[in-house]
Amino acid sequence: MSALLEARGVRKTYGDHDVLKGVDLSVDTHHVVCLIGASGSGKSTLLRCLNLLEVVDDGEIWFDGAEITDPRVDVDDVRRDIGTVFQAFNLFPHMSVLDNVTLGPRKVRGARRGDAEERATALLTRFGLADQARKHPDALSGGQQQRVAIVRALAMEPKVLLLDEVTSALDPMLVGGVLEAVRELKAEGMTIVMATHEMQFAREVADEVLFLESGVVCERGTAEQVFTDPSDPRTREFLARHLA
Amino acid sequence: MSTSWEVSARQLERLAYRRRRDRRRMTIALVSTVVVLVVAWLLITSAPGWERVRETYFDWDDAKAAFPDIARAFLTNIKAFLVAEVLILALALLVAVVRVVPSAWMAPLKVVATVYTDVFRGTPTLLVVLLVGFGIPALGLQGAPTSLFWLGVIALTLSYGAYVAEVIRAGILSVHPSQWASGRSLGLSYGKTLRHVVLPQALRRVTPPLLNDFVSLQKDTALLSVIGLVEALRQAQIFSSRDFVFTPYVVAAAFFIVATIPLARFTDWLSLRAARRQSGAA
Repeated sequence: MSALLEARGVRKTYGDHDVLKGVDLSVDTHHVVCLIGASGSGKSTLLRCLNLLEVVDDGEIWFDGAEITDPRVDVDDVRRDIGTVFQAFNLFPHMSVLDNVTLGPRKVRGARRGDAEERATALLTRFGLADQARKHPDALSGGQQQRVAIVRALAMEPKVLLLDEVTSALDPMLVGGVLEAVRELKAEGMTIVMATHEMQFAREVADEVLFLESGVVCERGTAEQVFTDPSDPRTREFLARHLA
Repeated sequence: MSTSWEVSARQLERLAYRRRRDRRRMTIALVSTVVVLVVAWLLITSAPGWERVRETYFDWDDAKAAFPDIARAFLTNIKAFLVAEVLILALALLVAVVRVVPSAWMAPLKVVATVYTDVFRGTPTLLVVLLVGFGIPALGLQGAPTSLFWLGVIALTLSYGAYVAEVIRAGILSVHPSQWASGRSLGLSYGKTLRHVVLPQALRRVTPPLLNDFVSLQKDTALLSVIGLVEALRQAQIFSSRDFVFTPYVVAAAFFIVATIPLARFTDWLSLRAARRQSGAA
């Protein structure tokens, strides 16, 4: 079976800084791929390339059997099937939680407000956010906001979910709830690519782990392989620092 | 004050101190204000020309005589203001969006919009009023407005539209790029992200400066007097040149002041409500 989402030799350059130097990535349906590596290693940039927020400078990205880096592709069509959750939540501050979640289904999928709200309420309830539906994002804790952001992405019924350091902006106390939500998504078979600094969590949920440094994938393999028997010295050094 | 605990002596002491301090502050504020007002009053009234000024500018009988006509004329100001306000918002929103949207089809419109803002922001409103007020009728175009009121409204709309467009554009550009990324990631098109995500935030953010511009617009309706529209200033002028007194001008000024106060309070209220809504519960 071919992969659902695949990057081949993806390069991205800002000025004379090469952020991604030919990255390959392959994500099968129902799999969770974790990207680990220091800040600035290119994890977030790779995710932004995958949903076309960044235009790649070379290489190809294939999604669901089509090359989405083809400039003739309608980016909006691609993105509606790729859910993205950002480090800083990026909820819409002028809308209630419910409106945040229903905006995509209503304006992109053309769902009727009633139907969209019914589905949104069900999702919010599942993630323990039923009481927050009428509030504005600023009235919520960081953990709640991030779970709303996850629900907002899920409401579009994406084929794959990109999670960009979704716990990095959170208080340590609030990280658990968000990780629990991700764990649940994996359990029901969601395909996920996540950049993360939560090593223990990556080890627990990942089907594959990629270690990036300076825009290069230094190491890839199962969580077991990468965490217990890394072959690249850079991976060993990184893990020694982060698993201590 | 009722509390669920026995308030400590230290706390009572603090409260008593704060009460004393507040009383002292209040007294100082009151006394100093009265002193300043009295001194100002004495200074002005003891000036050698005060009697003359009082007779020409602050004559109660002149004021009473001019009041009804100026009040009636001021309705024209209010009407011009209300109509122009709506037209300005529509024009400015259009111009701002055209200037922001990166679409190839928009290229010619973008040029028009940019030239428009440059020209009309650079031209004094008074000149625009004169040029439109006398220029458009002179063209003799079929269907062109000839009513002084509408010519005036068009002039104000053109002049203020350029300012307000720039305010709205600044608001759009001030919305953080992550909001665009967030909207586009959901699959919303550029236009839909602009409409549902960015513009609502931009407009909320620029409401106070916009209302400030509208306060200014309210006053600038007086400029329409130069093309002969009988509004409050023109009406005051008529009285003034007939009776050689200036009190009617003061009456007209009072109308403008009184009319801007509700708008100012409305601005405060709006900002407060927006702050409360975004941070608070439902």
